[in-house]
Amino acid sequence: MALLEVKNLEVSFGLRSGAVKALRNISFTLERGERLGLVGESGAGKSVLGFSILNLISKPGRISGGEIWFDGKNLADLSAKELRDVRGNRISMIFQDPMMTLNPVLTIGQQMIECLKAHRKISTEDARTIAIQKLKQVYIPSPETRIDQYPHELSGGMRQRIVIAIGLLMDPDIIIADEPTTALDVTIQAEIMELMVELCDRNNVALILITHDLGVVSQVTQKAIVMYAGRIIEQGPTKEIINDAQHPYTQGLMNALPQMAIPGQRLNQIRGAMPPLQNIPTGCAFNPRCDYVMDACTKQLPGYTASGNCQVACHMVANMKKAEQTSDEV
Amino acid sequence: MTTQNTTSDLPEKAPSAWQRFKDTHVWHSFVKDRVAQLSFTIFMGYVLMALFAPAIAPFDPYDPTQIDIMNSELPPSWNEEEGDPQFWLGTDAQGRDLWSTILHGTRISLTIGICAVLLQATIGIIIGLIAGYRGGRVDSILMRFADVQLSFSTMMVAIVVLAVFQASFGTELYQELAMLMLVLVIGIAEWPQYARTIRASVLAEKKKEYVDAARVMGLGQMRIMFRHILPNTLSPILVISTVQVANAIISEASLSFLGLGMPVSQPSLGSLISSGFEYIFSGAWWITVIPGVVLVVLVLVMNLLGDWLRDVLNPKLYKG
Repeated sequence: MALLEVKNLEVSFGLRSGAVKALRNISFTLERGERLGLVGESGAGKSVLGFSILNLISKPGRISGGEIWFDGKNLADLSAKELRDVRGNRISMIFQDPMMTLNPVLTIGQQMIECLKAHRKISTEDARTIAIQKLKQVYIPSPETRIDQYPHELSGGMRQRIVIAIGLLMDPDIIIADEPTTALDVTIQAEIMELMVELCDRNNVALILITHDLGVVSQVTQKAIVMYAGRIIEQGPTKEIINDAQHPYTQGLMNALPQMAIPGQRLNQIRGAMPPLQNIPTGCAFNPRCDYVMDACTKQLPGYTASGNCQVACHMVANMKKAEQTSDEV
Repeated sequence: MTTQNTTSDLPEKAPSAWQRFKDTHVWHSFVKDRVAQLSFTIFMGYVLMALFAPAIAPFDPYDPTQIDIMNSELPPSWNEEEGDPQFWLGTDAQGRDLWSTILHGTRISLTIGICAVLLQATIGIIIGLIAGYRGGRVDSILMRFADVQLSFSTMMVAIVVLAVFQASFGTELYQELAMLMLVLVIGIAEWPQYARTIRASVLAEKKKEYVDAARVMGLGQMRIMFRHILPNTLSPILVISTVQVANAIISEASLSFLGLGMPVSQPSLGSLISSGFEYIFSGAWWITVIPGVVLVVLVLVMNLLGDWLRDVLNPKLYKG
């Protein structure tokens, strides 16, 4: 059985103008030790998905449908207390900006020990030993002194390492990393990414990596999900998605990479912008921006078509597959 | 910078705590600021006077055997014709040594001020934190309570409550419980000040990612509110506390002046001023003026300290 199985997840935000669906019909699975990349434009619902896995959507949002199966329990229906046992303990999360994630008035040690003591019955000394050991794992030099320092005394890269150490503190099964390197220096980004991969491999932890960066996804993850306007439009093994993207939107993202442009020319961007969630066009949400738009695209929401090992939500791909099949039969 | 300040307050690194404190912005600005130093010195003087009043005071103003009515209304001792060198600030209408009475009065005024503010802060912080953190309906209900409370002026609440108490339980019981009653009334009447300040900073703090991070860690609401958010809102709390202590002392003095505060047998600064007021036209100005000056200086010094603290703790004014 998969470690995490999300089935038809829906999240909506109750606004004055009515409920807005931020996530629609999200289904995917994650195996133990697997690394999953979650890509899409800003506002596609990547972070909301990350938060909803922990059932941490804050008001006015709520999980309005679907199931999140983790370890035989549906996280969407657990009580607040049972959820607290999962959060931080079995599934932990790493945020974008390490400047903001650490509480400025508590020392690193206080924050780590507090987290340990919230989940396990251990003495402060034991908790401190574990904390120091975790700091060593993320290559913090002289952890015994660092542990008594405040976040403002450390550099950005160091802080993100500490955030990762806190994420690993309880030996979780899954780490959700929400753009963990966006706020960092480019030189440190690679370092932190490598560290995360190494730690996940060593401890057999599954990673959900939320990012804009297709480069990172292609290097780090085994599986990728492309999201658009709150829906998964393509998912499958990272290699297949990167090398042979089926959905026009994924193709657009790939073409927009600076490596794909001819030097001296403009980058190939996808024209237009993502529609606001209150006002998603009928049919395929991507149809106003799509170069291959057909009649069906504006009328009917595309279902998922298997293409290789990928699932793609696109009418054109579906038609092509159908054509292939009929030609095979003939 | 706020963090530096809190750094120094933590006792766990005992050997270096003082060293750390000397490195903080608070200390540097204190060293540079003459007004702050002077205010702080005077304030500490008051605190010491209040703490050691029974030891410093030459007479015990609460002991009727030490009071001689024949000594009443003696002017301060620098008036060589009529003054008595025993009483350097003179005596009041009942023959009590004014210096001893002021010492004990300061003790009472400060105690009431500080206790009332502790009460205000406890109620206000709890309500403000909950209102700010929970938001929504809880917030609306709690803050409407605060608005209602604020629309009664402190004086009005205090006068009604104290007068009703005095009328229904008799003056004797009132005199015994006067101090407690004043603390309760002033404490309860002014909590919305705290609740509003805290709520405003909690609203700003709870949007920060460290709160999300704490929730992701699986910490409970109480823990997040009191251990993670509260320490981050300490600087406004400190600032309004100084101002509120001064306000509470003034409220107590005004109530005493109106005859609803401390009884004459156990005078605070306010009731001393009030008791002397009747004699001011017979020339005994010192009974009113001296405690008055003591009160004004105390309140002034606290407000100056509060101003200084506000500037120091405001990161927007930080000049490195």
